[in-house]
Amino acid sequence: MRNIIVGLCLTMVFALAALVSLVWTPFDVTQLDISSKLQKPSATHWFGTDHFGRDILSMIMVGAQTSIAVAVVAVVIGMGFGVPLGLWAAAKRGSLLDEVIMRGNDLVFAFPSLLIAIMITAVFGPSAINAIIAIGIFNIPVFARLTRGAALSLWTRDYILSARVSGKGAARISVEHILPNVMNLLIVQGTIQFSLGILAEAALSYVGLGVQPPTPSWGRMLADSQTLISLAPHMALFPGFAIILTVLGLNLAGDGLRDLFDPRLRRVGR
Amino acid sequence: MLRYSLKRLGSLLISLIVASLVIFACIEVVPGDPASFMLGINAQPDTIAALRDELGLNASIYERYVSWISGMLTGDLGTSYTYRSPVTEIVAERLVISLPLAIYALTLTVLVAFPVGVLAATRQGSKTDISVMGATQLGVAIPNFWFAMLMVLVFAINLRWFSAGGFPGWDAGFFAALKALTLPAIALALPQASILARVMRSSLLDTLSEDYIRTARAKGLSKRQALWRHALRNALIPVLTIIGLQFSFLLAGAIIIENVFFLPGLGRLVFQAISQRDLIVVESVVMLLVFAVIVVNFLVDLAYAWVDPRLRSHA
Repeated sequence: MRNIIVGLCLTMVFALAALVSLVWTPFDVTQLDISSKLQKPSATHWFGTDHFGRDILSMIMVGAQTSIAVAVVAVVIGMGFGVPLGLWAAAKRGSLLDEVIMRGNDLVFAFPSLLIAIMITAVFGPSAINAIIAIGIFNIPVFARLTRGAALSLWTRDYILSARVSGKGAARISVEHILPNVMNLLIVQGTIQFSLGILAEAALSYVGLGVQPPTPSWGRMLADSQTLISLAPHMALFPGFAIILTVLGLNLAGDGLRDLFDPRLRRVGR
Repeated sequence: MLRYSLKRLGSLLISLIVASLVIFACIEVVPGDPASFMLGINAQPDTIAALRDELGLNASIYERYVSWISGMLTGDLGTSYTYRSPVTEIVAERLVISLPLAIYALTLTVLVAFPVGVLAATRQGSKTDISVMGATQLGVAIPNFWFAMLMVLVFAINLRWFSAGGFPGWDAGFFAALKALTLPAIALALPQASILARVMRSSLLDTLSEDYIRTARAKGLSKRQALWRHALRNALIPVLTIIGLQFSFLLAGAIIIENVFFLPGLGRLVFQAISQRDLIVVESVVMLLVFAVIVVNFLVDLAYAWVDPRLRSHA
């Protein structure tokens, strides 16, 4: 339980920062102020300023928007395609369709994800949308496999049998009986994929293939700080901490939720 | 075992064919005309026509695919447009960095994860266990390129123990080359070791709660004997799978770390080729990496079935 509280609190801090930044930031992140560049953390600029004199705290707040939005939409894409595919494969278990869906999933897994994400953004041009698609595609097999695995064991249960006897079709059983029972697993996996999405977005932005300037993003801020790291280490430290704390928060929340939903794991203490 | 191997070999071949189709489509069909994509928007029509000719783009899509695949099968990956040399040669040059780097990082991963995972599992619930779990949570959350930057700041810029980047080549001596790969290998190993330690711990905990361990203990084996003789070997099965996946990830996924340390490896080659729009290099190297991943997974599956005969019958 402690994990969930700590995890959700950490996540909420950044979600809140992202929300607040929609209406207010301590400084304007589009305003360049070369006279106050590379300032160390102070009472005016809590996290210091970057090489253009922009306030790093404000940039982290706006960057949270980007990170969270990209990761959330990528999870939605993964669930939106993966869950129906998994349910469908389980409903038609053992059939050619099941085989095709699962082998297709294996295939996506075989592609080195970051490499393909870079290829997609390179062919279609670097942008937030392409980063979302690139990350989202790799979420699909994760959810499809998870849903199918969990649904397969449910299809053998007595209450599913009685639903079939009462004349319900496979699609209706999947939606009305299977889906609600795999929801817990999906929520847990969702938080994990969310955190992986944050890391992937940071990596893509770091190599310049994510969100484009002037929109701030955590990965881009780290890339900018690289050449100045000995001169202004704060430029690298704070965006790094933002990524770590958000990912840590989501992972803790995910672990906590899994223990909460599955008390057997709590006993084993995983 | 033979039947299982053949079945897996069949699905390996299908995966490779589909993967090649996807990569071919992504590179040759999606961006429109590859020649004008490679030359950029300011290219003259006659330059484009010349390049189309050189790349054999006037042939049909089907003929291009077949010639690409047959070239790959005979070890001819085409000629790079920007480097003006055979892709096979460029890849071989880069592989002497990427392969040792992946092996180095995986060795560090295993050396750290095994003892740490076993320690945490055997002291479940203790302070050691809690600290290990906390540390691995953190290890998974830290972006490895950020960690790499901090290591450069501390060990290269401040302490001057290592160089901040670049690779002297194996000609400079084994240890000099290994030293240049040390910081990148540590950066790559950090998240992988955290994941592997967690898998090791939970797999060992599962095994330790099995009935046969209880029987072994009831027959008078000490906790340590039961762990070394029975539990560890059985707990290794899921760990091996993860190691297989991690190796292929390390081979293909070092792009970002190679960029941080300016290492001329395979990942950096792909990345540079993408920014230079050298589609021939991108296509061939991505296919090679996917091939490596699929083959490593295939070998892991075989090793798995060899270690655990139950898996063969399930297949």
